[in-house]
Amino acid sequence: MTIKEIQDTIVDEFSMFDDWMQRYEYMIELGKSLPLIDDKYKVDENLIKGCQSKVWVHAELDDDKLKFTADSDAIITKGIIAILIRAFSGQSPKDIIDADTAFIDEIGLKEHLSPTRANGLVSMVKQLKMYAIAYQTQLN
Amino acid sequence: MIDIKSIREDFPILNRKVNGYPLVYLDNAATSQTPKQVIKAITDYYTNYNANIHRGVHTLSQEATEKYEEARQKLQRHFNAAHPYEIIFTSGTTHGINLVANGFAALLQPGDELLVSAMEHHSNIVPWQMLCEKTGAVLKVIPMNEKGELEMEVYEQLLSDKTRIVFCNHISNALGTINPIEKIIKMAHDAGAAVLIDGAQAAPHIKADLQALDVDFYTVSAHKMCGPTGVGMLYGKESWLRKMPPYQGGGEMIAEVTFEKTTYADLPHKFEAGTPDICGGIAFGAAVDYMNGIGFDAIAAYEHELLDYATGRLLKEIEGVKIYGTAENKTSVISFNIEGIHPYDIGAILDKLGVAVRTGHHCAQPIMDYYKIPGTVRASFAFYNTREEVDRFIEAVQKAQMMLA
Repeated sequence: MTIKEIQDTIVDEFSMFDDWMQRYEYMIELGKSLPLIDDKYKVDENLIKGCQSKVWVHAELDDDKLKFTADSDAIITKGIIAILIRAFSGQSPKDIIDADTAFIDEIGLKEHLSPTRANGLVSMVKQLKMYAIAYQTQLN
Repeated sequence: MIDIKSIREDFPILNRKVNGYPLVYLDNAATSQTPKQVIKAITDYYTNYNANIHRGVHTLSQEATEKYEEARQKLQRHFNAAHPYEIIFTSGTTHGINLVANGFAALLQPGDELLVSAMEHHSNIVPWQMLCEKTGAVLKVIPMNEKGELEMEVYEQLLSDKTRIVFCNHISNALGTINPIEKIIKMAHDAGAAVLIDGAQAAPHIKADLQALDVDFYTVSAHKMCGPTGVGMLYGKESWLRKMPPYQGGGEMIAEVTFEKTTYADLPHKFEAGTPDICGGIAFGAAVDYMNGIGFDAIAAYEHELLDYATGRLLKEIEGVKIYGTAENKTSVISFNIEGIHPYDIGAILDKLGVAVRTGHHCAQPIMDYYKIPGTVRASFAFYNTREEVDRFIEAVQKAQMMLA
């Protein structure tokens, strides 16, 4: 599936819920399925700056596709990073660089998009894209 | 006695809904809400007599000057300073601390010692660290115990003839501890050191008598005590203010300027370079009037009741809760965590339920390091909060725990 198709699937899943509580509960559930980062990568260099909770992300290239793993000490943040990784992991660096993240708004998590929000969703997206740019340079 | 119904009518923002719920505002230690009396002072200024102060001969300028200086006198009376010119208008507590730290640069020698309490806000740590870098002075820390109280015996041992200045908050923003500043000041003076008290958190709860305290510097922010943001006060004893060089150069702070030599204006203008926040200063005065109208004894008693009620319910009804800051003498702040749950998660769910609290390190990372935690959830109560709001807060915490555990 393309990034857009995955994002549409996520939007579909979230559209089943009528209130924020169900959406948050689902997000927390998604957090539990997050591909966890190997302990050896859970180091300060892999921390995303600008988050009130700690978020570690690691990326590696697997057959021209980028695979992400991550973890967070806060469960909501873990849910958010899980959603992003689900949309981006297994895609080519170029597609990740070009992808937009408007679907976050559509699943009713718009408040997390504000750059001042302490969980730093914006920083997370930026970090994932930075990895993509770095690996794209390698591929070139 | 607090007439809570009529008080709440003074605060238009309390009628707001947040995420579909009536707002429960429990982030008062970060900033207080603004009563319509203060809002009126602000609109009054811009509607009727907005003008630059001190030099204009026209009527508006004179009216604005009069009101601004009247606000200074209100602060003088409120804090019982000896003279109005000992009240310096600042942009807030941080500005006040930086002003003093800058002034002390000229008064320190390498090897001089500064004492800081372990429970300071970053704003009362960093300016002094910068001062130490500049002068070769040494920063020493007065430790605290598990309850969040300063270890006074260690403080006594740290004081020496090398100590130049001690700085400490009146009330800790992260823990709510009310520090024994009378004792701290007396002991510092006995050792020949000056004292700066960060009164930002105390000003909304306690009416400090600065002459009785005999404190050298005391600094507050208007926005913690029902005033606007961006304005505050530094009190300094006249002798210190005369000794310290100006902080910033510019208009307003001069007597005579030639390219060869400039002489400085007298107090308080020596420390008030440039056009100040005239409207903010006047509104600050209105805020102090408003709070005095309610009365600080009534405020303290009422807030204490809320604190006891909230603490009791939290401890009894929330499993795995731990409160940080359990000093005998504390104000209406509850800093807490729930076992196994990140404070950020609790704050995010509470926000969805219309309850505003603060999460994180509260600009006091050394305290978080002491307890070895990433941060806390902090609920801080003001005199316009109610028992019903405490109930909403407890229910919201229960709901958050259910969702997150």
